[in-house]
Amino acid sequence: MIPVNLAMSHLSNTLFFVAVVLYSLATLAFAIDLVAGRVSAEVTPADIAVPAMAGAGRLDADNVVAGEQVARGDDDRRAGIAQRAGMIGIGLTLAGYLAHFGSIASRGLAVHRPPWGNMYEFSSVVAFVCVTGFLLLLVRKRMRWLGVFVLIPVVAYMGIAGEELYVSAGPLVPALQSYWIWIHVAAAIIASGTFLFGAVAATLYLLRERYDRITDRGGRPGGLTAIADRLPTARTLDRTTFGIIAFGFPVWTMAIITGAIWAEHAWGRYWGWDPKETWSFITWVLYAGYLHARTTAGWKGRRAAVLSLVAFSALTVDYYVVNLVVSGLHSYGGLPH
Amino acid sequence: MGVARRWWRRLTSMRTALLLLFLLALAAVPGSFLPQRGLNADQVAAYYKAHPAIAPLLNRLSLFDVFAAPWFAAIYLLLFVSLVGCIVPRTRLHLRALRSRPPKPPRYLTRLTVHAAGTLPGEPADVVAAAATALRRRRFRVDVHVEDGGAALSAEKGYLRETGNLVFHVALIVLLVAIALGGLLGYKGSVLVVEGNGFSNTLIDYDQFSPGRMFSPSKMAPFTVNLRSFAATYLASGEPSTFKAIIDHRPSPTSPYTTSPLTVNAPLTIDGAQVYLIGHGYAPVVTVRGPDGRIAFQGPVPFLPQDTAFTSLGVIKVPDISPGRDGRARQLGFSGFFTPTTGLGPNGFTSVFPAPRNPQLTLLAWVGDLGLDAGTAQSVYTLDPSGMTKLSTFTIRPGQTVVLPHGAGTITFTGLRQWVSFQVTYDPGKYLALIAAVAMVVGLVLSLRIRRRRVWVRGRADGSGGTVVEMGGLARTDADGFEDEFMSLASLVGIKEEV
Repeated sequence: MIPVNLAMSHLSNTLFFVAVVLYSLATLAFAIDLVAGRVSAEVTPADIAVPAMAGAGRLDADNVVAGEQVARGDDDRRAGIAQRAGMIGIGLTLAGYLAHFGSIASRGLAVHRPPWGNMYEFSSVVAFVCVTGFLLLLVRKRMRWLGVFVLIPVVAYMGIAGEELYVSAGPLVPALQSYWIWIHVAAAIIASGTFLFGAVAATLYLLRERYDRITDRGGRPGGLTAIADRLPTARTLDRTTFGIIAFGFPVWTMAIITGAIWAEHAWGRYWGWDPKETWSFITWVLYAGYLHARTTAGWKGRRAAVLSLVAFSALTVDYYVVNLVVSGLHSYGGLPH
Repeated sequence: MGVARRWWRRLTSMRTALLLLFLLALAAVPGSFLPQRGLNADQVAAYYKAHPAIAPLLNRLSLFDVFAAPWFAAIYLLLFVSLVGCIVPRTRLHLRALRSRPPKPPRYLTRLTVHAAGTLPGEPADVVAAAATALRRRRFRVDVHVEDGGAALSAEKGYLRETGNLVFHVALIVLLVAIALGGLLGYKGSVLVVEGNGFSNTLIDYDQFSPGRMFSPSKMAPFTVNLRSFAATYLASGEPSTFKAIIDHRPSPTSPYTTSPLTVNAPLTIDGAQVYLIGHGYAPVVTVRGPDGRIAFQGPVPFLPQDTAFTSLGVIKVPDISPGRDGRARQLGFSGFFTPTTGLGPNGFTSVFPAPRNPQLTLLAWVGDLGLDAGTAQSVYTLDPSGMTKLSTFTIRPGQTVVLPHGAGTITFTGLRQWVSFQVTYDPGKYLALIAAVAMVVGLVLSLRIRRRRVWVRGRADGSGGTVVEMGGLARTDADGFEDEFMSLASLVGIKEEV
């Protein structure tokens, strides 16, 4: 048994901490970007001709034009601040992302195995996948407005992992020493990170949808809902949510199937309604429900988004509650009982 | 008749499917929080003890056996019916769509939201033919039409999307069938075997056996497995590092034995059945002599581990001691625990490490009637003390002999062996389930990724040897990003400007 490389393990912990700090600072920068900017940075030239609704600042933008700030007679200075804060946010996120990657890689090098063998490591990689999704949409579709909303749960995930779930670097228990850990657990991580990202998008959709409903009635939305005018249209948010979940769902299906194949090798049966299996199934059925709801009259829009959040709650139960509270064959949290 | 059709249409509607999906998810929830008989019967019994008032009620509602419950079956059977009822007409429609040609071009292509126009050199027929080739290379199904003054083409792609959708849902049905087949025709058995012993694949040899409803014992492959040795290694922290069993096995009574290793994650396949290593523990070897000094019991006794350091509980029953001259029963029983690495805990002796570094048995001896002739079955792991009296409590280490009081006999701790629990499963539906699952994923990816597109091109002679080309497109699904796609198709056809 190759001993744990302690130097690498220390490096991993330091880089983890650095990543969390950088992500937190990036969140702050993105928050300034959102607040200082009066309108969303995604507007087509055609929309400028559309008379803006009084006081509400709502625009019907479906397409995306990068960096275009609509000067509606407001402070260009504020727009400049927002732009700069946004760029700083992106820079900090990228730096944090590199540190995060370094943390995961050095952890893997420290323990000579894939760095996802317990809840601490798993959470870290899930957060990494979520940030990857954000960076992809940032590059491909310039969705800078997602920044603060994605990074808050990412920092939370990593905070919980670091504070509550941390275990020192060590080898895997014999039951996990199989090449399936590359396939099954990796699929579960990618799907979970994607679904986390999807939940953020769904929440933003509901926020914007609520904003639209209130302003349609002529009211003034207050509190949290008021920031929704800086978000793109409900339609864009709905499509974004769908795109994310449509990517994650086949991966989750793969995770369940490869889990079943691994279970067959290790435990003698491919499905036994172990709590982990049951909750994975529940999560799968609920996300399937979301995909069906989007094409069912009366269920499109708000109800579908709420359903996706219910599905995400099931995923959260599947991860935290089943690993820590319920005990079954799948209790590989790594934490001492 | 109209009522039936209405109800059928309701059953096969998307809304009902949604409701049933949600119900299915909800119904599975108690199955994960309440102990389930199929998973852990002991936990169910413990639940009964802890909640004596509501446990029988929960049992009535099948909440300790949710996934075999009639109401759970009702939900997924309804879903099944709804699914089949939806797929059949959709398949028919899709087959018809596959056989039909792309729709003719509309009269005013420039009225479509996404369109382009330009002028290209050459005759309309040639220009349109070239466009057809270009689009066919992009996997469109293209039809060329001749029109007054020129030519036009209709192109469509994305049929795979619905194919994928149907494949996914049909595969889902096949998966359910495969699971049912495996459950009905298969079996699962588990048996505890001490090093040196073995078992054969017959009903009588198993400790627990659950067959499918349509299973027949004559189908069991007649193999035999003997456990030659078992070794487990541990890390310094006490966590397990490796497990390995060496077994001799033969597929039938007339074949020779083969020796193979068996580890976790690497089962042995014998004749379609699979043998797995599930658990392990210690079996102290003892010799018990009766009051007359003759050996009344000799052999290993499996003790069951209670914690990760393998503090193990067990019972040694010695019935082969004849009653005394006064007629009183003098059978011996020993209940207690075994600790592979003995340490002192808050409640007495406990094991502090799973390897046998300083093994010890802590036993309570009983004398009297073990109750084995009473006619009711007894667990080998529990002692019924109702017909017995306590003799003494003592600890004993390997090599030691303890003399019991009142001449009841002696017990010697002669050695230590390990035991392994094997699970044998036979599931004839397994491979079909795997194929169905893979088909599901493929169908799913196709149904979510493939985009349906329709494109038309029309060319009319412009009078000076060239062609006025108009092009229009329609996104039947995923309109997001279609404009860019269309623009690249337009430049492929040769149109540079956009109207």
